[in-house]
Amino acid sequence: MKNILKYTFAVLAVGFVSCEPEFDSPVTDDGFYSSGSADFSKYVSVGNSLTAGYADGALYITGQNNSYPNIMAQQFSFVGGGDFTQPLMNDNLGGLLLGGSQIAENRFVLAVGPNGNPGPVRLDGMPTTDVSNKLSGSFNNMGVPGAKSFHLVAPGYGNVAGVPTGAANPYFARFASSESATVIGDAAAQNATFFTLWIGNNDILSYATSGGAGVDQTGNLDPTSYGSNDITDPNVFAAVYSQQVDALTANGAKGVLVNIPEVTSIPYFTTVPTNAIPLDAATAAQLNAQFAAYNNQILPGLVGIGLISAEEAALRKINFSASLNNFPIMTDDDLTDITTVLQGPPFNLPAQLATLLGQLRQVNANDLIVLPASSVLGSTPDPNNPQGVIGVSIPLTDQYVLAASEQARVTAASTAYNATIQALAGAKNLAFVDAKAALSRVANGGIVYDGGLLTSQFVTGGAFSLDGVHPTPRGYAYTANLIIQAINDTYDATIPKVHIGNYGTVTVTNN
Amino acid sequence: MKKVLLLAVFALASAVTYAGGYRVSLQGNKSLAMGHTGVAVINSSESVFFNPAALVYLEDKFSISVGVHGVFSNIAYQDAETGANARTDSPVGTPLYLYASYQANDWLAFGLGVYTPYGSSVEYEEDWAGSHLVNNIDLQAIYIQPTISFKINDKLSVGGGPIYVTGSVNFNRNLNRTLTDLEGNRANVTVDASGVSNWGWVASAMVNLTEDLHIGATYRSEIILDAEDGDADFENVPNSPLTPFADTTFNASLPLPAEMTVGMSYDFCENWTFAFDFNRTFWDVYESLDLDFANSEIPDSKNARNYKNSSIYRFGMQYEATKMFTLRAGYYFDESPVREGYFAPETPRNDSNNFTAGLTVNLGEHLQIDASFLYSHFKEVDASYNYYFENGVAVPFKGTYKTNAFVPGLGLTYKL
Repeated sequence: MKNILKYTFAVLAVGFVSCEPEFDSPVTDDGFYSSGSADFSKYVSVGNSLTAGYADGALYITGQNNSYPNIMAQQFSFVGGGDFTQPLMNDNLGGLLLGGSQIAENRFVLAVGPNGNPGPVRLDGMPTTDVSNKLSGSFNNMGVPGAKSFHLVAPGYGNVAGVPTGAANPYFARFASSESATVIGDAAAQNATFFTLWIGNNDILSYATSGGAGVDQTGNLDPTSYGSNDITDPNVFAAVYSQQVDALTANGAKGVLVNIPEVTSIPYFTTVPTNAIPLDAATAAQLNAQFAAYNNQILPGLVGIGLISAEEAALRKINFSASLNNFPIMTDDDLTDITTVLQGPPFNLPAQLATLLGQLRQVNANDLIVLPASSVLGSTPDPNNPQGVIGVSIPLTDQYVLAASEQARVTAASTAYNATIQALAGAKNLAFVDAKAALSRVANGGIVYDGGLLTSQFVTGGAFSLDGVHPTPRGYAYTANLIIQAINDTYDATIPKVHIGNYGTVTVTNN
Repeated sequence: MKKVLLLAVFALASAVTYAGGYRVSLQGNKSLAMGHTGVAVINSSESVFFNPAALVYLEDKFSISVGVHGVFSNIAYQDAETGANARTDSPVGTPLYLYASYQANDWLAFGLGVYTPYGSSVEYEEDWAGSHLVNNIDLQAIYIQPTISFKINDKLSVGGGPIYVTGSVNFNRNLNRTLTDLEGNRANVTVDASGVSNWGWVASAMVNLTEDLHIGATYRSEIILDAEDGDADFENVPNSPLTPFADTTFNASLPLPAEMTVGMSYDFCENWTFAFDFNRTFWDVYESLDLDFANSEIPDSKNARNYKNSSIYRFGMQYEATKMFTLRAGYYFDESPVREGYFAPETPRNDSNNFTAGLTVNLGEHLQIDASFLYSHFKEVDASYNYYFENGVAVPFKGTYKTNAFVPGLGLTYKL
């Protein structure tokens, strides 16, 4: 009797242990998904802020966890992918310290202001990530925020001593293998079996975000002479990019090259309308009267003496109307500077007025106004002078406007970079992702997903974080899916994609 | 002897235990071992649950049965589209029962039952792919039923009584698919209500066509548990007027559906009994699980369920092998009340085949040990829940589920 019970319960006990429900074909089984002809056992991602998972104007832990390389690495785990490490920040504030003093701001969060309207504000708090605290070991994610193409091959880019002068990058300084290390050298040393390379965005982006404040260096083959807001020469780009692809493929690794999206796809340039100055009839008439001499005498006079062209004169004409849709006035560095001429005969204008008119024009529909201008336009910087309104009586400075001429330089450079990227992908049999076309789809109509529509509308569209430049986790998940699709197509793999609706967008919180 | 017994036990154990929805069909070790039949079986004080009318025919003056089942249930989930996968790590459920019967005289018997016919205990991995629908749930309902049984004549008896139910529910889910605090912790809510009570009733009849052939019918009424002012505890919610999820209270209604059972039993070859029950559970009362939060800034949570009435077909055999041992086995087929497109992961039940076996050991005249075992087999199923909404857009939660359950049980019967 005792034995029977013992025996019975022994059999039952064995039964419970072995009786977890098993699927006919579990997704976790080897071979359920295929790696195709690629090997994902060691994946290294190389790039800039986009690769690092930078978002909301900062790099912070949860953003890094949602970087597209990290999302992809989770999916690679179904096809033999190994561990994926990232140089995680120390907190979710995102700011940086150097020797105790703050050198990079905290992240933006969406806060509801006193007026009840939500808007981006910097998160309060003292960041705890000090650049001089070196991380040990190597990291699969070699995304370095701020890096331009030629920075990846620049020795000393991770030397903490160079950070204060701008000669080195604070993010790379945290994990560079040595003071003289290069990003690409540290990446190649990991002997990856698979890589992604997405670089070149900053080679045009800093020029664009600064409203074209830098110089188009096309023709200058010496990047060490470039300023931080300059456009990189396409030949320089081609040379360093090719060098990077060679380094990453030296061991036969397969990989993905991603091209450069257009700046007009991102809300940083598309959120602030070019013509949103509201004026009543009296104000419009008064302003037009003030600019009548400039429009009708000075400009034709300058054309007459051959100082400016008729086209420039037409571009410089100022005209306001009684409506909600007036274009602000601005100074444009690309216009002929007439400050000195106006102070001499026959105009004999006072210095202050001559300076105001020196490179003055009205913004037009071909311009792009950058996001930070939203808090500047219409403001009165001198509280004692309510008449001094930026955009109406005080020109918007050039850094807030990416003029059509400046956009053309950006487009020319990025078109050249993209030709290089696509040609190299073809020549090296690497997967190619047309991020430019994909982002353009997000910006024009949007992408349908299982919870709605992903668009590049600032704050609400879901694709872009609160800095207006970098994606949200959902935007990065969309990017990861694009790259996975290219991998599957190129290498006959069947890596599963993710549901982008499972990834968040902007973070709401009040300080 | 030992060998023969083992063979018999496992031969009978051909194949059925749990039940659809959040019904837990574990109301007695003797009956469960026979495929949870019993509406027409005159056997023990378990009749308090299965058919109060049968109590008056019990041979013993007084009988009391107590027992417990250990519910080991497992759910596996996967989505081949994304590779998402999860397994439950649910705590072992231990539903208890107690039945007592007392023969007052030839035509009158009294009984008392305490049992737990509804409940659920499911615990997924936190923040799993379906965490916006459920992270974990613990639902309990204890029925207390005083019972009376009349013999009208040798052919017919009736029985019944009031039922007092006290229940509790604890349920946690993430607020949606993405909301987190600044540190990335998912925002979630736990609703908790206990001591929720209500009344219902049971009525039954038994007909003895011959000495060996019985038919029975039992109806147990629907009972709605109305939770009022339960606690809703919101966690990891960002500090923002845009996410006004402050802790509050909630009201909700959870129906415990009515069920009707009809069946027969037949004694043959002296020591054998065959039983068949047909059971209909009126699940259509479970249309929606709605949480009405007291704080008006928090949107109420509506979760369509739209269950349909479902049937269970039960078969059981009993063999009085020796004076000491009685062996039992059974099978039942349990239809799921869940309609296509309403497959919610807190009760992911498709149709199941259920196999039972068990035995009673007589230790002397007064004491019995009852043991039973149930294995519930669910086919692998591709299913989805299509009524979760984000900003008015339906976001179906799809995947493949594979479920099983093992339920060993042990009980004691004492009779005079």
